[in-house]
Amino acid sequence: MSGHSTYNPTNPVMKWVDDRLPLPRLMYDSFVSYPVPRNLNYWYTFGGILMIMMVSQIITGIVLVMHYTPHVDMAFDSVEHIRRDVNFGNIIQKWHQVGASFFFIAVYIHIARGMYYGSYKAPREILWMLGVAIFLIMMATGFMGYVLPWGQMSYWGAKVITNLFSAVPFFGEAIVTWLWGGFSVDNATLQRFFSLHYLLPFVLVGVVILHVWALHVTGQNNPAGVEVKSGQDTVAFTPFATVKDAFALCVFFIIFAIFVFFLPDYLGHSINYEEANPLVTPEHIVPEWYYLPFYAILRAVPDKLLGVVAMFASILIWFILPWLDTSKVRSATYRPIFKQLFWLLMIDFFILGVVGANPPEGWWITVGQIATVYYFAHFLILLPLVGLLETPKPLPSSISDAVLAKNAGKQPAAQPAE
Amino acid sequence: MNMTKKLLVAIALGTSLVLSGTAAMAAGKQKKAEDISFSFEGVFGHFDRAQLQRGFLVYKQVCSACHSLNQMSYRNLSQPGGPELSAEEVKAVAAEYTVMDGPDSEGEMFERPALPADKFASPFPNREAAMAANGGAYPADLSLITKKREGFHYPWYVSPFIKLVKGNGGPEYVRAVLMGYQDPPAEAAQDAPEGRYYNPYFVAGPWISMAPPLSEDIVEYADGTKASVEQMATDVSAFLTWAGEPKMEQRKSMGFQVVLYLVILSILLFLTKKRVWGREPH
Repeated sequence: MSGHSTYNPTNPVMKWVDDRLPLPRLMYDSFVSYPVPRNLNYWYTFGGILMIMMVSQIITGIVLVMHYTPHVDMAFDSVEHIRRDVNFGNIIQKWHQVGASFFFIAVYIHIARGMYYGSYKAPREILWMLGVAIFLIMMATGFMGYVLPWGQMSYWGAKVITNLFSAVPFFGEAIVTWLWGGFSVDNATLQRFFSLHYLLPFVLVGVVILHVWALHVTGQNNPAGVEVKSGQDTVAFTPFATVKDAFALCVFFIIFAIFVFFLPDYLGHSINYEEANPLVTPEHIVPEWYYLPFYAILRAVPDKLLGVVAMFASILIWFILPWLDTSKVRSATYRPIFKQLFWLLMIDFFILGVVGANPPEGWWITVGQIATVYYFAHFLILLPLVGLLETPKPLPSSISDAVLAKNAGKQPAAQPAE
Repeated sequence: MNMTKKLLVAIALGTSLVLSGTAAMAAGKQKKAEDISFSFEGVFGHFDRAQLQRGFLVYKQVCSACHSLNQMSYRNLSQPGGPELSAEEVKAVAAEYTVMDGPDSEGEMFERPALPADKFASPFPNREAAMAANGGAYPADLSLITKKREGFHYPWYVSPFIKLVKGNGGPEYVRAVLMGYQDPPAEAAQDAPEGRYYNPYFVAGPWISMAPPLSEDIVEYADGTKASVEQMATDVSAFLTWAGEPKMEQRKSMGFQVVLYLVILSILLFLTKKRVWGREPH
């Protein structure tokens, strides 16, 4: 949808700048005149929410770094210093920590929305794959950030996760030593995690820019899953999408603020208020909630190396999702069987999360293994098959037809599926 | 929309169940602490100044013999939202302790009376000394005790919902341990470890190295409150909760302003959105 620019500056200063560096034009074309499908629902507001969450994490993070000390002897106390002595430090620290959780809540909704409406299908494959890369960078950043307060779960979480690499044949031990910068999780580990935790968000910003660029080339997918065909199908980004995104963002921030101010410790682990002690292992070592489904997949496989492979594969598989889904129809609205499979996958993912939170014993192991098998079967068997076997419902001929039909409360004009 | 409803349910379940499944973790053999309704609980909760002052007295006269409070400075005692001692009282409290300072211009370390700006003096110079004086057991630093310990344990499928309302029960844990000394059941009494006491509320229990610290009237409250074991245990739990987060009251009152602001802004944005989209079919 990167069409001809309609920017026509009336302000002489803007015109002067635009003739020399077309930055005003870029902004105008991207955030004002950019056409968006008129049928976008609130699930489409999470892209904007994620953008704001990213900025919020970076700003709070920069302030925290002004007061934090990345050293094993001082890290824990310096976080307490922030909570107790720094002006508004208790709010900023929790805004960052709870913010990580809400960043992940938003990203999971954003990914699920992409899967439901088939947003990964041609011509949006690269847009989708950049999104998967963003998710991976978020995971790495979040993991290293959790280590920085140097509490018990920080330390033992770092130990367990870095130890996974020891499963690599031949070079495992060497890799782990290299990651640690020594022979155990120690000061060298904390300092490199701090360095990378500061670096990766800016890498994230770079990939996000590519993600938005790709989005603005292909245009947004929409709940009907049919391409924009005429100006009738779209509205201008400003004011239509801007005001809707702003409203959704504000509601999201109400919930976020309730957690920051009234339930600041709810999403964390109590034991992380105890300073890291290499001699005392916590009873249960669990990662932050947003890693739990993948943690469950890791533990579902009895073999360590295969478990690690399965865990990484469970995310990497999203990279080839555009080619695993054989259906030409995008939106689940018109795919009755796929729609049910989507909800089964959501339930499966949820179950994996619960399994990941509980100790790997008794029937939790069995449940985790079944849920893991189903997870992979969804992508590798069910998705390719259902695309071939399913008969989609008739698609609307255009977005405006779909909107008119919905508003009239009747079925859209029939048109055979492509 | 159908999807909307389903996803909302999924999110509601998701955020409160998986997302905090961590809460379900720590359930061990530890006995559940009695749920107390402290004044600082809930969205509107405030500390009871008199209770914090009583609790500080208990900490000062009993706990501080063995337990440090490393994250606290004497000046914290006079800051808003805490026991709010007067500046003179804080000076007097600090002056009761000596701290190591230096080196002076001769290169010598020297001792001097503590000032309000100093951290609470530790009962022992280091961890090893603390353990040597306590039969090998380390008396935990109490700065974050009500944050890091959990008194409540529920089955995994209800825990996230209950803890959303009740919290982790950290203050209740401290109170329960202080009140929880009892005679061991017959089968446990046989293999009672030497010099340890039976306390089923203790996180690493049921045997604890700490002798029962409280007994009736071990402190004398200035406000005339009867110093029963339960009263002292409750008061010191409240004090330690404040010590775990001295700025809790500021956090909550700021939270109200922020949420109120966001709610009003949301309403305005919603009305704007309706107005903007009014004539556009969508």
